[in-house]
Amino acid sequence: MLFLRHSYLALLLALSFSLTVQTWANGEEPYIAARKELFRQIEKNVRETSYYLNKSELDPQVLAALQKVPRHEFVDNALKNLAYENRPLPIGHGQTISQPFIVAIMTDLLSVGKGDRVLEIGTGSGYQAAILAEIVGEVYSIEIIEELGKSAQERLQRLGYTNIHLRLGDGYYGWQERGPFDAIIVTAAASHIPAPLISQLKPGGKIIIPVGGPFMAQQLVVVDKDVNGSLTTRQLLPVMFVPLTGKH
Amino acid sequence: MTPHTQSAPCLSALLPGRPATFGATVNSVGGDNNGGLLESCESPQDQAQQRPPLIAIALVSATALAYEILLMRLFSIIQWHHFAYMIISLALLGYGISGTFVAIFHEKLLASFQRKYLSCILLFAVSTSTCYLLAQRIQFNALEILWDIGQLGRLLLIYPLLVLPFFFAASSMAMALLRFRGQSAGIYGADLIGAGCGSIGVIALLYLMLPSSALLVIVAMGATAAAVALIELKMKSVVLPLFILLILLVLILQANQQLLPNISPYKGLAQALRIQGTRIAEQKSSPLGLISVVESPVIPWRYAPGVSLNSTVEPPEQLALFTDADSMTAITRFDGDYSKVAYLDQQTSALAYHLRQIDKALIVGVGGGSGILQAGLHHVGQIEGLELNPQVVAIGKSHGEFSGNIFERPGTTIHTTEARGFISQSKESFDLIQIELLDSFNASSAGLYALHESYLYTVEALQAYLKHLSVGGYLSISRWVKVPPRDSLKLFATALDSLKRLGVESPEKRLLLIRGWQTSTLLIKNGLIAAGEIEILKTFCRQRSFDLAYYPGIKAEEANRYNLLREPYFYQGTQALLSEHADFVRRYKFNIAPATDDRPYFFHFLKPATIPELIDLRDKGGLPLLEQSYLILVATLFQASVASVFLILLPLKFAKHLPGRQRALYRKIFLYFFLIGLGFMFLEISFMQKFLLFLHHPLFAASLVLTAFLVFAGLGSACTKNLSRNWLPEKVLGWALCLLITMSAGYIPLLDRIFALFLGQTILVKMLISIVMIAPLAFCMGMPFPLALDRLGKAAPELIPWAWGVNGCASVISAVLAMLFAINFGFTMVILMAMLFYGVAFFSFPNCADSGC
Repeated sequence: MLFLRHSYLALLLALSFSLTVQTWANGEEPYIAARKELFRQIEKNVRETSYYLNKSELDPQVLAALQKVPRHEFVDNALKNLAYENRPLPIGHGQTISQPFIVAIMTDLLSVGKGDRVLEIGTGSGYQAAILAEIVGEVYSIEIIEELGKSAQERLQRLGYTNIHLRLGDGYYGWQERGPFDAIIVTAAASHIPAPLISQLKPGGKIIIPVGGPFMAQQLVVVDKDVNGSLTTRQLLPVMFVPLTGKH
Repeated sequence: MTPHTQSAPCLSALLPGRPATFGATVNSVGGDNNGGLLESCESPQDQAQQRPPLIAIALVSATALAYEILLMRLFSIIQWHHFAYMIISLALLGYGISGTFVAIFHEKLLASFQRKYLSCILLFAVSTSTCYLLAQRIQFNALEILWDIGQLGRLLLIYPLLVLPFFFAASSMAMALLRFRGQSAGIYGADLIGAGCGSIGVIALLYLMLPSSALLVIVAMGATAAAVALIELKMKSVVLPLFILLILLVLILQANQQLLPNISPYKGLAQALRIQGTRIAEQKSSPLGLISVVESPVIPWRYAPGVSLNSTVEPPEQLALFTDADSMTAITRFDGDYSKVAYLDQQTSALAYHLRQIDKALIVGVGGGSGILQAGLHHVGQIEGLELNPQVVAIGKSHGEFSGNIFERPGTTIHTTEARGFISQSKESFDLIQIELLDSFNASSAGLYALHESYLYTVEALQAYLKHLSVGGYLSISRWVKVPPRDSLKLFATALDSLKRLGVESPEKRLLLIRGWQTSTLLIKNGLIAAGEIEILKTFCRQRSFDLAYYPGIKAEEANRYNLLREPYFYQGTQALLSEHADFVRRYKFNIAPATDDRPYFFHFLKPATIPELIDLRDKGGLPLLEQSYLILVATLFQASVASVFLILLPLKFAKHLPGRQRALYRKIFLYFFLIGLGFMFLEISFMQKFLLFLHHPLFAASLVLTAFLVFAGLGSACTKNLSRNWLPEKVLGWALCLLITMSAGYIPLLDRIFALFLGQTILVKMLISIVMIAPLAFCMGMPFPLALDRLGKAAPELIPWAWGVNGCASVISAVLAMLFAINFGFTMVILMAMLFYGVAFFSFPNCADSGC
């Protein structure tokens, strides 16, 4: 009996060790606490920004995607320890991986779901594409910088994303043959919103553009195309800041 | 803001009298041991008869000042201007450090003067390029500084590297003054002439070559100074060829591309060059900026900011123009077919062309020429374009075939001048004065221009433009849309103030404000807005999905239709400005008080009271609302103050040979030299800005004012020696300060009137008038320093280097402090503060009772 108990304990220990080793091997273990803290922060920030976003909590599928996609896989080894801090990080070539809070609200604002097709202009590290791929049917992403596009392709393949389609080149004309799209996200710098992108957007769809320099999203511009094809834009501040005080 | 006011000026030059009196009064005896690397076979008699190496001193001074301005240019290209300002300001503490260094080691330094003097010059020459190269290798990311505290550590590595060259230059000067005491007038004259030549020389140099190449000239100038010093000191150096070889080696080693600015990968040019096929086709350097022309044959630029979402026209092929590796604008291919540039009619700035037929337009800020094309598209017969940078105009003309020669088409004239200067001299009236978007969105939205003095958007500027509008004409100003609104509301408030000052009836009936998703345009009419114009306005906006923010009689439901904000902030803001102007400006969380010529900081929106709230929102998307350059200015002040305290206190703690004088004397010396340091820079910076409005061209104004201040302050300083022979120093000081304060006080109300009298004169006459006005003021400003050093030399010569260090540190701090005061209270207040500093300094003058002389 004692032997059996010891064997049982040994088995449990072995299992637990094996699980631990497995998790460590996946590179997840060191980040679990940081990830939990990050999601708590994002949820809190969204609540505090509800005035501007018109919602007090994130879509559960967006939150699930954020929890699932390993952000540390999208940054250099030297920056992995910062992967779950709520801040943008450099990814080389003068580009950054966006602040998780901004990624969360941009994805949420697209209002997309299963079966949708999303076009992304500016793949960068591929993190935003991976988040979207967890939610929608197909993600089409175009990257203009060859080195970035190739490394994102390799990374996304390694992580097992089969519903992300990458292309190198000019994003101005969108991806005509794969359109129309339910949503378009433009993270590449643009002095204006290209007409081809608007035409490749389905009625009822949205284009989202974070406006601002590297390391900071000044504001989010959302283009809404209604069922009749008319366009309106919304300029959202991803921060709870009311410039006017008192009566006016 | 100009290159000369951006950085703290060369201290050896801008603290007149310090070197001269320093050399004249220090009683320590210097001599050579004639050992070491550089041999001298001079006898004691030779030493007595030896003349100071005046040409070498002038060369070192010229090189140091040129190097300072050049570093400012280089770091403006590598990083952004406000970071360059911070880095160079702190590097100038090298002068303060040399004061401390000399205070502690002056006996040892003088024991082998020639060897150490020449070593300093050579180390200065070599360190100019070497330290810059090393500093470039430190991967500092300015944009990440608010996210990553580690970036501060990297910045702390850059500082000492850039301090070194200034430390060596200042130490060589101090040692020469110590060694050749009694000949300080000549040394000081050489120093000033050198500094003057350096400031003018580097301007010419930057027109002739790229900044990286100019750095090699700086090294060569430093090496020449060393070689000249060897000759002047009549030293038989066995290793002179070795030194020259060493310098040549440094030049050759560094010439290989390494000196090219390692531009931040986050700047527009660096990012553009990563796109397949892009290449720099042409680069032109000037002190106003490095212009890079970039081709992108594979993927077009398609630069068309703020174009309506309804536009379907793709911009034609373009060439990108980057200024200091950022702030992109474009030259557009034009073959005479205006339908290909029809997208220019889909911008908010096109509104005025729809309201009436424009026959004569003035385009302010020509850049790549899109404003000229837009005017052409709307059949404007006579177009006058203004562009400050001649290099931009030259590039535009040299690509005439590409751009359809739009700068030279019949009816179009391009003036290379500044807008206020042009307007003040023009007798013409225009149907439209169009002020283009002159800054980039990213830099503007991040608050990178907050320290930038702009006389384009002040109340006085708008008044001047309005006076040059024909009856029924429009002043049209476009800005980037920011949320929450800042520029547009500040501009609206400025327009209201301008119209009120002009005394026109119903200012509120002369304004129109529209906005798209990215840009807004404010129109101010010389006349009342007619009902027909309002109908055209509505149609224009409806067709382009632009929003009405203000027109006389606008209803709340008409605003915020196409580009939706959480609340109709632009409508609310304009209504509030009309109904409760001052109260609304006070309550709004950003600074939207109109900019004036006395406080020309249009781009400064941050209110100190809002900073804690924004810092709290940092990781919640609130970071961009913090104005980076203003915070950098505060950080620079903090760092300079901490470093200065350290530098000022260090000699007192470690220098055992300093006499144990009573505390009162130390306190007086500190107060006096610190206050005159503050006063000098406060006056110099303020008057540089005041004269800029008179001379108009920022480069000419800064060069002229700086040189005039240098030369006349030097003359004032040189005169103190003779004056002190006949009168007590207190009396001379009293008169000098009395005159200085009276003149400063008089200039506050009189300058504008004097400027108005000579407004129509040629630039040469204006320059002469400026010199005549600066001369007596600068002359008096040059006297307080040598007078006190003279007194100190008799009583406590050991304290002279310390006083020098105190004054040097004060000068660095004052450059930053003056800007902070100007931003918050205006330049008139800066002048008043300077008067106060000088007044208090008079009562801190070390008298005989204190010093025991």
